[in-house]
This record gives sequence, C-alpha cells and structure tokens, in this order.
Amino acid sequence: MSTKPKIPTIWDIPREELFAPGHRMCQGCGAAILMRHITKALGKDAIIVEATGCVEVTTTVYPQTAWKHPWLHIAFENAAAGASGVEAAIKAMKRKGVIPKDKKVKVVAIGGDGGTFDIGLQALSGMLERRHNVLYIVYDNEAYMNTGIQRSGATPYKAWTTTTPVGKVWRGEWRPKKDIMGIVLAHRVPYAATVNPAYITDLYMKVRKAVEIEGPTFIHAFSPCTPGWRIDPALTVTVSRLAVQTGVWINYEVENGEFRVTTPVPKRKPVKEYLRLQGRFRHLTEEEIAEIQRMVDEEVERINKLVGKTVIGPVVE
Amino acid sequence: MAGKKKLPLSGNTAIAYAVKAADVDVISAYPITPQTTIVEKLTEFVANGELDAEVIHVESEHSALSAAVGASAAGARVFTASSSQGIALMYEIMFIASSMRLPIVMAMATRALSAPINIWNDHSDFMAASDTGWVMMMAHTNQEAHDDIILAYKIAEHPDVLLPVITAIDGYFMSHTIEPVEPIEREEALKFIPKKVTWSVLDPDNPVTMGPLGTPEWYYEFKRQQHEAMKKAREVFDEATKEFEKVFGRRYEPVEYFMMDDAEYALVAMGSVAGNVKAYIVKEARKRGIKLGLIRVKLFRPFPAEEIMEVISNLKAVGVIDRALAFGSSYGGPLYGDILSAAYTRGVDTPIVNFVAGLGGRPVTFRDIKAMVDATLALDGKTRKDVPKEPYFIGVRE
Amino acid sequence: MTAQLPGWKSLPPGAVITRPGSTVEYKTHDWRTLRPVIDQERCIRCRLCWLYCPEGTIIELDKPYTTKTGRKYTRTYEINYDYCKGCGICAQECPAKAIKMVEEVR
Repeated sequence: MSTKPKIPTIWDIPREELFAPGHRMCQGCGAAILMRHITKALGKDAIIVEATGCVEVTTTVYPQTAWKHPWLHIAFENAAAGASGVEAAIKAMKRKGVIPKDKKVKVVAIGGDGGTFDIGLQALSGMLERRHNVLYIVYDNEAYMNTGIQRSGATPYKAWTTTTPVGKVWRGEWRPKKDIMGIVLAHRVPYAATVNPAYITDLYMKVRKAVEIEGPTFIHAFSPCTPGWRIDPALTVTVSRLAVQTGVWINYEVENGEFRVTTPVPKRKPVKEYLRLQGRFRHLTEEEIAEIQRMVDEEVERINKLVGKTVIGPVVE
Repeated sequence: MAGKKKLPLSGNTAIAYAVKAADVDVISAYPITPQTTIVEKLTEFVANGELDAEVIHVESEHSALSAAVGASAAGARVFTASSSQGIALMYEIMFIASSMRLPIVMAMATRALSAPINIWNDHSDFMAASDTGWVMMMAHTNQEAHDDIILAYKIAEHPDVLLPVITAIDGYFMSHTIEPVEPIEREEALKFIPKKVTWSVLDPDNPVTMGPLGTPEWYYEFKRQQHEAMKKAREVFDEATKEFEKVFGRRYEPVEYFMMDDAEYALVAMGSVAGNVKAYIVKEARKRGIKLGLIRVKLFRPFPAEEIMEVISNLKAVGVIDRALAFGSSYGGPLYGDILSAAYTRGVDTPIVNFVAGLGGRPVTFRDIKAMVDATLALDGKTRKDVPKEPYFIGVRE
Repeated sequence: MTAQLPGWKSLPPGAVITRPGSTVEYKTHDWRTLRPVIDQERCIRCRLCWLYCPEGTIIELDKPYTTKTGRKYTRTYEINYDYCKGCGICAQECPAKAIKMVEEVR
C-alpha cells in the first residue's frame, strides 16, 4: 500500500540551512544543490555516513566542516557498512538504556556513483539484505569526478571520460549504465526512489518518506557535474530538467513493490536536446544520437509497462 | 579471587567468555578459520539472551571492521575478530580505526597468509598488522587470551590512549586447544572496565564531523598524536596490569621471563611456540647444563624495548624465533627486526641471531629448538659482526 | 604558514571537528568572475533562485518591499556575496529575468 503524504510545495521547504556555505564544491555543482535539500528534508535528527568522494572531500577540509549533522567518513567502499554499524550501535544502546528509547535518530549513508555502483556495491548489498534501518542516497554524477572524470559503472553509453576517451578507435563509453535501481529493488527494500535537482519538492517528499519508513531505503539522485559533463555551470538545473523532459532520467518511487512515476512527462523532448548541452557528448554523430534515442525509448516503454499506462509520452519534436 | 571455578575452554571460547563479560554492544564479524568459533560462541550467548548485543552479520571482513568503526563512532563498545586473509582484507580500515582513535577490540587467531592458501598457524597476519597503529598483544595460554580481552578494553578506552587493540592467540595451537580457564564474571569485569564513553561520538544533539580531509598543514600533527598515544598505551598497560593483578590475582608483564634469573643464553619468542621452548629448557637444556632461558614478548605494540634490552645486555648470545618472514628486508623475521633496532639504539652488543620457523603450521619440534639453541651457543664469545646476515630457516626442506 | 597553526598537543584526537557548519569561515567569493544582481523591482518572489543556489547563499528575508508600481511583497531575496561562486544558476532559472550576471570588479 502506497502512503499518500501531502505533496509539498516550494514553500514547504524549510528556510533554515543545515548545510553551510564555504564548502569547496564546484561552481554550479549539482550535488551541492542535492545536499542542501537532502539535509533540509532530513531535519536535525540524523547521522550521516559519507563515502569518500567529491562531497566528502569538499565539505570537510580540516578544521572546518559544512555539516551541521553528526557526520562520519571512513573510506570509499564502506559507507553502507559504516552506517550499518552506527545503526546497530544506536539500536543496542537504546535497548540497553544507554540512550533514551524515544530519541529520534535516523542513519543516512551518502555516496557517489563510484562509491555505490562499483567499489561500495558489496557493502550496500549487505546493508540492504540485513535490513538495517538506514537511508542510502547515491548522488550519481556518472563518473569518478573526484579523481578527475574516470568512467564508472554509472557512466552512460557513449559518454566521454578521461578513461573512455574519444579516439580513432573508441567513441567514449561503449557499455550502458549499470541498473543500480534494479539491483537495489532485487533486495526487496520497502522504499526506493529516484530524484533530480530540478525537482526539489519531489526530492523533499521522497527523502522525508524514506526516513520515515522502517528498514533499508534507497534514493538514486541525478547529479550533474559541471567540469565532468563539460557543461556551463549556469545550466546545471536546465540540464537536470532536460534529463527528465527527454526521458533520460525518470523520477519514480517504488514503495513496497508498487511502482509510481512522480514526474509524468506527457510529451517527451528529443534526447538530442539533453545531449547537445554537454561537452561529454559533443563527438556524437546523428546515428549515435539516434541509437541513444532508441535506448531511451526502450527504457520509457519498460517503465510505462511497469506503471500499466503511458506516464512518459512519445517524443514530440 | 583464587580458587574460583575453572572451565575447560578453548582459546576461542575463552575469548568469547571475556567478550560477554565486557558486555559489548555490537559484534561485527565475518567467518574465517580459525577465528570462527569465537563468533559462533558469542552469537550463541546472544541467541540465549546471555549477552545483549547487536550482531552484524557482515558480508566481508572489510565491512566487519567498517561497521565496527561506525558502531564505535556512535559510542558503542565494539568487538570483532578475524584471521589471515580476513586481516588482510581489513587492512585499509585498520589504519583508519587507529587514526580515528576508536577503542575497538579485535581478537586475532593467527594464521598464515596465502598463497598457497593455508589455514594453519604462523604470525604472518599478526606481523602484517604491526604498523597499523593498533596496540597489539599476543597470549600464550587460554587464561591469558581471556584476560587480554578485559585488559584490551581497559587500555583502548583510556582517554589518554583511545586506540584499537588486537589480542592475538595462535590459530589451532590455542584457538582450538582446551585448557582450564577461570572466567571473569560480568559484574567484576564491568567494575574493572566500567562502560563510559571517553571518545567523541556521533550525536545529533552535539554534532561533530569525524573523518575529515587532512591537508599537509594538519595531517602530520595527527600522526604525531598517534605516536604519543602509543607511548601512553604502554603506561596504561602497566597501570592496568597492576590493577588487574589486585582484582583478579593474575599478573601480566609486557615481557614474560622464563628461567632468566641465571640465564646466559635466551631464546625470544611469541605465542604458543614459547610453550615448546619452555618445555625444551626444562626437559633438555637445563639437564645438559645449558643456562638457557626464554623471553616471551607479550606486548608487541608498543614494543617493550627497554625491558628486553635490559635482560639481553647481560647475556652471552640470544636467538630470536620468528614465525613470519619479512621478504627482502635487511633482517629476515619481523620480531628480529624490532629486537635489532632496539639493541642498536640502546647500545647492546650481545650477538643476536634470527630463526624463522613454523611457517604455515609447520611444527616446531624439540629437534628444531635444539638446532636454534646450538646456533645461539655457537655465538658465545663472538661479536655481533659474527652474526649470520641471513636468518636460519629452521625445519624447511632444502 | 604552518608555524601559526596549533601544534599536535593542542589538537583534539582523531581530527574530530567540533564546530558544525564552520566552513562559513571560508569565504568563496573570489571564485567568482560574474556577479548576480537581483533587480528587486522585477523580482516576483518565486523562491526559485533560493531553491537552486548550490551554495545556499541567496538569503530569504522577511523584509517587506513595495515596487514603484505599488506591488507589495512581504519577502525579499538578497545575495550573500561572501559565498556566491558566480555559477549563474539563479539568473538562468529566474522566470522573471530579474537577475543579471555582471562582471565582477574587485
């Protein structure tokens, strides 16, 4: 059964900032927008465990921190394991009366795509399978941006990265993006959702929901990287919105197996409009763009089938 | 406290009893031979309601220690255990646990490192952990293995120390061998190691950031702190063992001396092989009039250099038994390396020779010990210039 | 440079940072080559610039404002130029075209 909380409006987002400025995230960083609103949605009663990555290094340069939450970073591949430990500790200490039983503390793990799709996948699977009461959020900027734009399992088809360069033989990444949501959903988690920084109220609602639900929950966040995607920093939100409008990214949630698209797109824009703003796709030929369009069409069809009706419409030029 | 009921316990079970007495809050471990029965026994305690703890059935040793770090950072008393490849997989997080100054206690049932894969005992895994910033102890009886857990929490959680502690026993030779052990009960354990959070923890009411980025302007200072914490660990070890003796009647020293009062020669060893050497001293050496003693190193990190050198400086020759090999090093065995540098910095000229023995579970027999004693005696009247530049590989087929 | 910083004896163990949100001490304004300027007359108080700012450096104030044409607002959006990195998302997303990116002159 899907719970139907009041859909928040832009005015429901709290004014108070729980993520301080002065961090070293890039001009126009998508993850910075995400972190601001994730922390707002979490409220104060959360402990954050962060994987090594862009957000981690840019927000906690000793002796300063951008975080107003209790925050822990251990290593790259183990945010989910660390969060499992935090959650288990709180559970044990509550049971033993060390900390008050009614003390509200939600444990949240945050990692990039490298720390989640690739090196952290095992720890994530363990955390989900053991049913820890942890919300895991991946900010997916589709490559190892912190080390300088190397491809990851989340890098999309045909994208240029520094390790999938465009040359006489290679045309960028040649394998499709890993289906992390499929992997997470195979763990039969009570709640998993995708969010996008252009749709903040949707994000806000989903983070609120995910922390309220008992058990392991997961949020996959679209996270433009201005240097890595070779985009104008001013276009972070525009590109994010276009990802949804073209069907490259679909905002949805799966609650207890029930699939729901939260941002329906009755008329899709051609994928070319999304690709042409990004230098990482600059090398694409018309044929290659057509191939990507076909791949998006197939995914849209799959999602519409899951929903049982056309929530993402056809491409209208 | 003397005359209390003893139980026949394996080394691993003896450890589990102590962990139960310490009332740990979180146990995070992954199965590996020969450690596994520690965690089996602990989960049995939890399953029966004898211990109130969260058990995290992690999917790897890497996650075992990562979850332990998370739990410790949240303020829980935490325990984990591992061996061999498990230690190797934890290696990354071992440095982080000590650098974050989290008082985690880990039991290690020592075992050879692959390849070839080998489940039997040596000290390769223990020695590989020697520079990870953990306090390290190695027991040589099951009672000691039991007591070391209690001592470990005492040292780890001391506000001047705040370092993780490894308590090791030899795989199989101790982990699976039954000896009479007098278990410490929960009440008396908790009087000795009261549960008090002495370190920074994650709490929404008092938010801290743990594990930040340390730039070149800051990183070094935290490493220097760790060096100091190790020195403090030694002071706290001495205080803790004294208090332990008062409460429980058993005395532990960083170094155990066996028949050293009149000794002219000594073998230096760690772990269960010390038992073989003791037996050899009594049954063979002393009967033949050889004034041989044993120096057993219990505390490995911080290394008790002063004590060992004080004794060694008066001897005619010394042999160091290593159950691991530091390939390509200038010394051979890792324990020998520590002893040699201690001798150099303390101006000790006694000839000291190295024996590598018992790798991958190869038994160390009386014949092997005799060979070591003979080689040590051969250095009588010689200088350190005469010491072989390579270790003796004892018990290997040519 | 490192000589004025505290020595190892006075630092908390384990590099724990006990001052939440302390990056506010680190001003990022010098990253900026373009400076957003809000035209309060054109601003329709839609909150989008505040929403999308990656730095959280657009401040929402309960400060009334009346435009020359007599339109009354209860809120005002202002930019804290200490942290603005000049990305231009606010100007790009403003539906009223009330934010202009102008060259930063220092």
